Amino acid sequence: MHQDHPEVFPQRHTMSASGGGRRALRVGLGGPVGSGKTATVAALCRALRDEVAIGVVTNDIYTREDADFLLRQAVLAPERITAVETGACPHTAIRDDISANLEAVEDLEEQAGPLDLVLLESGGDNLTATFSKGLVDVQIFVIDVAGGDDIPRKGGPGVTTSDLLVVNKVDLAEHVGADLDRMATDAAAQRGGLPTVFTSVARGQGIEPVAAWIRERLARKAAGAA
Amino acid sequence: MSAALLLLADGRFPAGGHAHSGGAETAVAEGRITDAATLAEFCRGRLHTTGLVAAALAAAATAGADPLALDGAADARTPSPVLRAVSRRLGRQLLRAARAAWPSPALDRLGAARPRGAHQPVVLGVAARAAGLTPLDAARATAYEAVSSPATATVRLLALDPFESAAVLARLGPEVDAVAEAAEAAARRALSEGLDALPAASAPLLDIGAERHAAWPTRLFTS
Amino acid sequence: MSGERGAAATGDERTAGGVRTASGVTGAARIRAVPDGRGGTALPLLTGEGALAVRRTRTAPPGAAVTLVGAMSAPLGGDRLRVDVEVGAGARLTVGSAAATVALPGRERRPAAYDVRLTLAEDAVLHWLPEPVIAAAGSDLRMTMRAEVAPGALLVLREELVLGRHGEPPGRLVSRLTLTVDGRTVLDQELAAGRGAAPGWDGPAGLAGHRAAGQLLLVGAEGATLLPRVLTTRADAVQAAATPLAGAPATLVTALAPDARELRPLLIRTLHAALAPSPHPRPALATAP
Ligand SMILES: Nc1nc2c(ncn2[C@@H]2O[C@H](COP(=O)(O)OP(=O)(O)O)[C@@H](O)[C@H]2O)c(=O)[nH]1
Ligand SMILES: [Mg+2]
Repeated sequence: MHQDHPEVFPQRHTMSASGGGRRALRVGLGGPVGSGKTATVAALCRALRDEVAIGVVTNDIYTREDADFLLRQAVLAPERITAVETGACPHTAIRDDISANLEAVEDLEEQAGPLDLVLLESGGDNLTATFSKGLVDVQIFVIDVAGGDDIPRKGGPGVTTSDLLVVNKVDLAEHVGADLDRMATDAAAQRGGLPTVFTSVARGQGIEPVAAWIRERLARKAAGAA
Repeated sequence: MSAALLLLADGRFPAGGHAHSGGAETAVAEGRITDAATLAEFCRGRLHTTGLVAAALAAAATAGADPLALDGAADARTPSPVLRAVSRRLGRQLLRAARAAWPSPALDRLGAARPRGAHQPVVLGVAARAAGLTPLDAARATAYEAVSSPATATVRLLALDPFESAAVLARLGPEVDAVAEAAEAAARRALSEGLDALPAASAPLLDIGAERHAAWPTRLFTS
Repeated sequence: MSGERGAAATGDERTAGGVRTASGVTGAARIRAVPDGRGGTALPLLTGEGALAVRRTRTAPPGAAVTLVGAMSAPLGGDRLRVDVEVGAGARLTVGSAAATVALPGRERRPAAYDVRLTLAEDAVLHWLPEPVIAAAGSDLRMTMRAEVAPGALLVLREELVLGRHGEPPGRLVSRLTLTVDGRTVLDQELAAGRGAAPGWDGPAGLAGHRAAGQLLLVGAEGATLLPRVLTTRADAVQAAATPLAGAPATLVTALAPDARELRPLLIRTLHAALAPSPHPRPALATAP
């Protein structure tokens, strides 16, 4: 018999509009194309996978490259990684119409069992794209030094309102003539107390503060205050 | 014309439609949609086949036919597994949005009976009923979606002038209305004569194209 | 134009022949196949009335074979043709036709109707493999094909629709294919094409200039589930997909080709692939009744 919809997990409550019950901490990773979001996701998976059950949703722009990269890197079991197609509008999929991403998160939980942490990577967009609060609990905005050291000064919702700002590729600062001190000062001024970290994730540096920040969020959520 | 209908038919209603091209991505890639004229013909073909069927299913659901029986009728009218999966996925996404917008026991029941998603037009019909809309309203929203989805996608796929795309949709307006009326009439017949009275019009290239699209390694749209 | 006049002349002859039967149909064929108790298949009912004639043809046991003969070759406006085939539990039957069915314009403005009903009992085997239906210029034909299949039966159904004889504009053709398995409708598809069909039928979502449309419906054939879903590439002249249906062990192959000649080979190839012995044969495919 062909079965289009085998009812594998009849107990799940996917249809509630707002989640409910125990669910994973959902962390959005936004930021411009190429800033190092996928590299950060990979590094976070390596740092945290022995402590918590992790799933990843990627929102690729035209390809499944991010999901495939993560699969190749084997940072997680394949059933814990899924990709959402965004119809050429990555910001719509994480902000205006989050339904496909919500489905993807629920499908992951169905395939992989209960998860503690879901990392959602945005398709890479401009500086204004942020995640809907209906989709994620907290969001990390990833920029890099090569994109210009004036990005923190220019602001924009990602830079100013994200729960954590990651400035990546500090290993390139010298080569591109980026002034890290100035970036730090500008970020602090724009963000009014929200944290900023400097990383070089592809060089294995700086992921620990990001992982620690997520651990702290997980602990808060477990304590019922997330 | 009710505001609830405008909301239900609004492309910005968060029900997942923005990531689907209604077959336009395949047709563009294979050179069958190249401009506003071929887009109009594509929309027309879709409207009078799967659009009519979907509109009749939606109208029947709004008129009070058994949604689960309609769900089976939708399966029988959708031979492509890819398009069945797409329809159910969109149905699940629409149900989520509709339950937030128009909470109702009928939507809850449908969600419980089809946790993996009921077919989208069936969900739309039940949602329309929950929103106090008529079967003709549901048919209109569904028939309009049959043309607006490829038209919107083609703006992105071909960088087609958005004014041309809007003009295509405007010119199709009377045909959309006529299809919606035919769909509603068929839905009424189905209520008295049984679901076999629902239209079953098919578009072979949409089925074949959808299967091929799903096998592409990379794509912009989910379908 | 001369083609249309020729067709009308044929219609005059046929109408003059007075083939309309008492029940108001122009032609009716009824076939019933049952096991003959000796491992073969008997045909206790084999009748053709009016425009339809049926003939038992030779075949290797244990099956029986029937050919629908020439008289059905021209449904004209207003004609009503009907074929009923019933295959009893465990019986095996193949039905073909001697020639293509050419729908022609008639004197009556009403469309012609051609209705086929196939009923398969448990473990019955039916191969319905008629020649193409051709919608000549000016014709108007409504076909319905309804197959009711019991669990465990094997149905192989081929339908080829050709729009227009060579180089002529097509008449109107509406064909609805309905399949029930164990009483549940699992397929209901209608194809409408030709002059007067709904707008867009020949556009980029419809036939896109193809003039032959084929369907292969495979029910209870284990091998069909192993077919690749995408059967051709965009560069091929024939566009085809094999789609497993929901809720039944059935697959529909849909194919579009520039003309009838290019359509048939793909359908035959696909059929052979689907009926090739599978590594895990199901009882329905076993040869002994
Ligand atoms: N030099 C350097 N390159 C990096 C670093 N992090 C990522 N990259 C490279 O930047 C490119 C884009 O990274 P990716 O994670 O795919 O960016 P995304 O588009 O934001 O997901 C890749 O070639 C990475 O190897 C870093 O810390 N330093
Ligand atoms: Mg990435």
